Amino acid sequence: MQINGPKIYFTIPIFGGIPVTQTLLSSFVATLILCVTAFLLGRKLRKRPGRMQVMTEKGVTVMTNMVKEAMGEHNARWTPFIAAVFLSSLLGTLLGMTGILRSSTADISTTMTWAVLVSFICWYQSIKNNGFLAWLKGFTEPIAVMTPMNIVSEIAQPVSLAFRHFGNIAGGGVITALIYWALSGASAGILKLIASSSIAVPLVLLAAGVGLLPLSRPKAGGKRRKLPLLLGALCTALAGLRLLDWLWSLTGRAWPQMNGIVTGLCWFAALAVLVCGIVLLIGHKKLPGILLTALGFLGICFVSEGPMGVPVLTLGLPAVLSLYFDVFSGVIQAFVFSLLTMIYISGNCPPPEEGKSKA
Amino acid sequence: MELTEAIVRAACALGAGLCMGIGAIGPAIGEGNAVGKALEGMARQPESTSNLRTNMLVGCAVAETTGIYSLVIALLLLFVF
Repeated sequence: MQINGPKIYFTIPIFGGIPVTQTLLSSFVATLILCVTAFLLGRKLRKRPGRMQVMTEKGVTVMTNMVKEAMGEHNARWTPFIAAVFLSSLLGTLLGMTGILRSSTADISTTMTWAVLVSFICWYQSIKNNGFLAWLKGFTEPIAVMTPMNIVSEIAQPVSLAFRHFGNIAGGGVITALIYWALSGASAGILKLIASSSIAVPLVLLAAGVGLLPLSRPKAGGKRRKLPLLLGALCTALAGLRLLDWLWSLTGRAWPQMNGIVTGLCWFAALAVLVCGIVLLIGHKKLPGILLTALGFLGICFVSEGPMGVPVLTLGLPAVLSLYFDVFSGVIQAFVFSLLTMIYISGNCPPPEEGKSKA
Repeated sequence: MELTEAIVRAACALGAGLCMGIGAIGPAIGEGNAVGKALEGMARQPESTSNLRTNMLVGCAVAETTGIYSLVIALLLLFVF
């Protein structure tokens, strides 16, 4: 089990070498997506808005109200910056769920850059509003003895801001990876156990699975019961895989490796079934959608590894975990990051009349 | 494996366990307090539920910070050293 940081694709040989990492790639992809979406949404604005324009306006209003609530009416001009931070953090986290890109916020350099940027904005605003000397004097408040404490807290602020976001996303990714690794190990163990058993075991499993499935039928007016359904499906799938393996062993040949046109075509067919299942799921056709998705997933593993290489247990649970660790945690952390940014900045941007009376 | 390296590995594993275990106490107590108080408030004034829930989640995420620090250090101990 290896946990790695972002991979380096290649290094640009200027300024002593700039490494192009996965983080850089997903940051640029997030920026590009946001820019293109914003451009497309803001292009044809009409007096009588269409559906997209209503949604865009609603989103902008929500953002503006959030900023006004947290920072005060006079700071509404910060909305674009806060919205940009929020959206790029959210999108950067969610990009990690595609499986191709890595979350850009699961890298300390991304979040640290944002946090240091926020610190610089705070200092600039403070100097602009109160003058350089007043800013320096601010460190000695309330008494001169507190100066080291104030400097430390000034450094600790971006560090805590950055580590909170980074730790949540990276930690979630590590935990999901560990669980996935453990589950695939466990299912490989179970399959090995079944594969080395006599042919009677899968037959018993098949009988148990087929027997359990009708138990999940809903009682009059009730819901379909989940546990017998899951257990029955698991038993049936295991038994079916073992029986297929047994049938194949009758031919006396090893399972063909992943090469050649036929396996490739089978792989693409399984992928097509998977995509169909996901499309059905999106179209709110639950049962056929779930069936086709599971079938496609099993098919892909089946073609590449043979009947005994299908990680049966990894279906389902990692998705739920990822829903918590990626979606929920990503949204909350993006929100917390932009909320704290607003609080820090508004601390250095007092309302106009108060600022004048101070100066 | 040489003895010194083995000792370092063992110390890293122990340190990661201690770090996570002790570091999780504080956030757990804090989040428990926050959620308990929020539930009290929701029971008293059901109409303010949505507002309370949002603020509670943000507060929980902030209270979680120290736990996340110890998680980062535990991961460093396990996978980097």
